[in-house]
Amino acid sequence: MSKRPRPEPVQVVKQRRDAVLNALVTGVPYIQFLGVEFERRGDELTTVMPFRDALIGNPLLPALHGGATAAFLEVTAIITLSWTSIWEDMESGVLDVSDPDNVVLPRLPKTIDFTVDYLRSGLPRDAYARAQIVRSGRRYASVRVEAWQDNRSRPYAAATGHFVMPKKPA
Amino acid sequence: MNEKIKFARQFIQALPHAVSLGMKLEELEEGIAVISMPYDEKLIGDPETGVVHGGAVSALMDTCCGAAVMSHPSNPAGTATIDLRIEYLRAATPGQTITTRAHCYHVTRSVAFVRATAVDEDRDNPVASATGTFTVEDKG
Repeated sequence: MSKRPRPEPVQVVKQRRDAVLNALVTGVPYIQFLGVEFERRGDELTTVMPFRDALIGNPLLPALHGGATAAFLEVTAIITLSWTSIWEDMESGVLDVSDPDNVVLPRLPKTIDFTVDYLRSGLPRDAYARAQIVRSGRRYASVRVEAWQDNRSRPYAAATGHFVMPKKPA
Repeated sequence: MNEKIKFARQFIQALPHAVSLGMKLEELEEGIAVISMPYDEKLIGDPETGVVHGGAVSALMDTCCGAAVMSHPSNPAGTATIDLRIEYLRAATPGQTITTRAHCYHVTRSVAFVRATAVDEDRDNPVASATGTFTVEDKG
């Protein structure tokens, strides 16, 4: 019977994954501007947009700006798509992560179109979102995103987007 | 300038998120709005090229479409986005101001329909186009 290789220590695995995710998002100024944060469970990402006054659209209600919500959903779609596409290379060692501060990542996917459904008014509270990759081919990808606030079963916005994937080096 | 346009102008210029993105209301007349957003490094979405993030363009489109609805003669006052679809035609040139023009071209008792186009300094080649529907408040 062939012996299974010893699994990597858990902290090595976590460090690698967190370092790559960090490299993916900290380089994008607009993500920092919106204040979007990322929570990772294995390969699953949940994005969080903590409430700030600068995200308000209608000060009379007050409600989140539709544009802030659209941007939050688009950030979630792009990062989840990119994260999912590099996962395998990251785990197999094809992606060089020996220097966590200088990981060379592929370019980000480019948005072709993005359609947002505003289901409820965005409350002045934290928002959460998750993206589901409906199809990811060599050139194009289709992604659905849902955002919620207090109740996961009551989304306040949803979106569908199409993206051009970055070319893989030959 | 009539009262409705005056109110819409003040309201739009006070939106905290629009202010934090540096948006400037250029024109507002009955059902038409023009809003610009100067280039800023904090809006960058692609660190390699310096191109503005699609999300910032979405926020600009949403604000401008909402402004066009608010200024339409048959809309009582406030509005909210029902849906907004944006097509990204090309990358906006880094360093250039993005300007959006929205036209609220049809309003029913409950829905307002809007189209918008965004350009950078090359005005003949739009960077994005959008179509959206917005709520119309009940006249009560």
